[in-house]
Amino acid sequence: MAGCAKRCKQGLVKCVLSLYKLVTGTLNKDKIDDDFELSIVCHRPEGLDKLEAQTNFSKQELQVLYRGFKNECPSGVVNEDTFKQIYAQFFPHGDASTYAHYLFNAFDSAHSGSIKFEGFIMALSTLLRGSVREKLTWTFNLYDINRDGYINKEEMTDIVSAIYDMMGKYTYPALKTDTPKQHVDAFFQKMDKNRDGVVTLDEFILSCQEDENILRSLQLFKNVI
Amino acid sequence: MASGVAAWLPFARAAAIGWMPVANMPMPIAPTEKNKRADELIVLNVSGRRFETWRNTLDRYPDTLLGSSEKEFFYNEETKEYFFDRDADVFRAVLNFYRTGKLHYPRSECITSYDEELSFFGIIPEIIGDCCYEEYKDRRRENQERLMDDDEDKKDAKLPNMTFRETMWRAFENPHTSTMALVFYYVTGFFIAISVLTNVVETVPCGATPNTKEVTCGDRYTVAFFCMDTACVLIFTVEYLMRLFAAPSRYRFMRSVMSIIDVVAILPYYIGLVMTDNEDVSGAFVTLRVFRVFRIFKFSRHSQGLRILGYTLKSCASELGFLLFSLTMAIIIFATVMFYAEKGSTSSKFTSIPASFWYTIVTMTTLGYGDMVPKTIAGKIFGSICSLSGVLVIALPVPVIVSNFSRIYHQNQRADKRRAQKMQKARLARIRISKTGSSNAFLHSKRNGLFSEALELTSSIEEEQHLSKNQSLLESQHHHLLHCLEKTTNHEFADELCYEQSYLEGALQSYPSQSPSLSSQEGMTGTCCTRHTKRNHAPLPNSSIPTCALSHTHPHHNLQELSTIHIQPLNTSRSSLNMRVDEPARLNCQSGTITTAIISIPTPPATTPESDAHPPPPGPALQNVVKVSAL
Repeated sequence: MAGCAKRCKQGLVKCVLSLYKLVTGTLNKDKIDDDFELSIVCHRPEGLDKLEAQTNFSKQELQVLYRGFKNECPSGVVNEDTFKQIYAQFFPHGDASTYAHYLFNAFDSAHSGSIKFEGFIMALSTLLRGSVREKLTWTFNLYDINRDGYINKEEMTDIVSAIYDMMGKYTYPALKTDTPKQHVDAFFQKMDKNRDGVVTLDEFILSCQEDENILRSLQLFKNVI
Repeated sequence: MASGVAAWLPFARAAAIGWMPVANMPMPIAPTEKNKRADELIVLNVSGRRFETWRNTLDRYPDTLLGSSEKEFFYNEETKEYFFDRDADVFRAVLNFYRTGKLHYPRSECITSYDEELSFFGIIPEIIGDCCYEEYKDRRRENQERLMDDDEDKKDAKLPNMTFRETMWRAFENPHTSTMALVFYYVTGFFIAISVLTNVVETVPCGATPNTKEVTCGDRYTVAFFCMDTACVLIFTVEYLMRLFAAPSRYRFMRSVMSIIDVVAILPYYIGLVMTDNEDVSGAFVTLRVFRVFRIFKFSRHSQGLRILGYTLKSCASELGFLLFSLTMAIIIFATVMFYAEKGSTSSKFTSIPASFWYTIVTMTTLGYGDMVPKTIAGKIFGSICSLSGVLVIALPVPVIVSNFSRIYHQNQRADKRRAQKMQKARLARIRISKTGSSNAFLHSKRNGLFSEALELTSSIEEEQHLSKNQSLLESQHHHLLHCLEKTTNHEFADELCYEQSYLEGALQSYPSQSPSLSSQEGMTGTCCTRHTKRNHAPLPNSSIPTCALSHTHPHHNLQELSTIHIQPLNTSRSSLNMRVDEPARLNCQSGTITTAIISIPTPPATTPESDAHPPPPGPALQNVVKVSAL
């Protein structure tokens, strides 16, 4: 009963207020202004020298990378939607949004919701110029969605499904529904040494270092920049 | 893949490392860049304004001029930049396309120049961004309408072989094309006016005779009015039948609005003729007379303003429909309210809701006749709200209709102005003069050119230089080109005057002109009017050209002046060769002109220059000459 009265009073106040706004002609305030204020967030990266010291890139390469970054994100930060959009442009056949989401989380180590240029560059430095161990650690963090230090089957299934989603519908041979699951099983077969149903970082690194193919493919993108 | 995100490709490839542990198979080998060079700046010089960009930026779109190797054609080795002789302002938009991936249309640019620049740089306009696409399309449509208007004006032109039917249709559609059409146009207009006037005057009460009641003029002078009506209807019927006959597509004509109006205008008369004696339908007959007033719509063929109004109403059909609908809604609402408000009052005129409709309409349109007035207080309150809202509801769609009318009216005015401009005789004359001026220049210079060639023979360099100073290099090259064409076709350029004169000259000189051709092979002979050099450019037109260039008088006079005029150009560059050739010719010609009488020239004589190879037989030319003496 008391709640009812309170609601009535609130409703009455709102009515009177809107009537007042109607009379004074300020009923429809521009909603656009509110949105606009949010988007003026700018970030400038640290100095070029500092970044050069922190990463494995040369000044030239940093310049090229920053120019590309700034072109697409003039405000200096990438939020998740923009990230997904950019990544989707490279995979037009399928749906890259899920994998992009996981990637974003992997890049955004601080979980701030946006990637700044420094974070971007650090991750790239690891991926392209880092040691094998660093690369594998980064990949482990990508697979470990909840960051608990273990990769379990569900997480892996999510990742693998996301990768298969990027392929799209039209593949040869045609995708079956349990293809991701089979893939995950094969993965666990290889990686999970002690058969406890989860993969730890050490198990992961050890198994990868045993596999020639993986080692070779990790060196594939050395000369990307 | 959008090239705007090409910069992120390295990142996407790096992120692919995330797939590696999951993959079961070895990865393919990565492509390596053969000649990986550091990104360099390119300087693009567009009409003096320098733009600089990275090479990679331009490489994003390899199927355009700047992105492909086509730009190497514009590379300037000395200044190490790419030079384009194009508009720098439009180039800004083009370059921004490479930079941002979006093509914008600068509103201040002319649409045709923009299109030209885009096609030059190999960019299709369809990729214009959404922000500018509407504007681009609108301007493009306007431009095409303008071109279409121009084409329509050309349609007025009389085609060479029009059948009688087509001529008649053209006369009907465009009265200004011939006097007959104009007469017809005014006659029909006059009769429409007469007909409408008769209909109006028919109902005026005129001069009552004292003992009877007032009669209308129509009843008093029945015969006169009937005759007038018959005459008008006859004219209209004839006109309609003629249009029907002349129409290119009779079915389409019969469906058109104007023909329906025509039919509706004349039918009542015929129906009246058919059933005059039947009393029962005479009431219906009287109703039919109302349709006679539709004759006034026939004026729309005569008045462009009426047509525009009709077209406007047609194009604003949706606004009008909305107006009608909203009015109906408001009328029903207010009528209901007023009825129930006034139900209580005694002797209220608001007897039913439909009866209240009348009050509502009169109030909403602010007419306020006062035949129905609310008496209760509630009624008065609602009545005032009704009149206030009426003003609003009616005023809302009116600006839309007005703006539509204004746009169409201005379009029509613009079309009329353009047509008037084209008719401007002075402007046309100036254009014609400038066009002929350039061709005269060629003929003029050809004359000089001939002499310069003659000079080459005698290698008098000073005079050659004197001549060539008067001509720019471009001009001389152009003239040389035209000259080659002449040589190729064995014909020469001449203007009308020269052509006429060469007719007449043919009689005078056709015979001797043949011998010069013979002599061209043998050498110079002292025959009349051999004033061509060894190269034998063109004996006859040679003579005609100086004539044309220097005199525009009557051809006969020209012949007399022929000899003197011939000398003048020769004076400019006297060569011994020419002298030798012409002197006897001059003398002969002089005598020739004085004594020769041109009788007739049935066919054009040898106006065609003989080639060096074989001269045309003198036979035909000889036949042309009827009587030529003093040779």
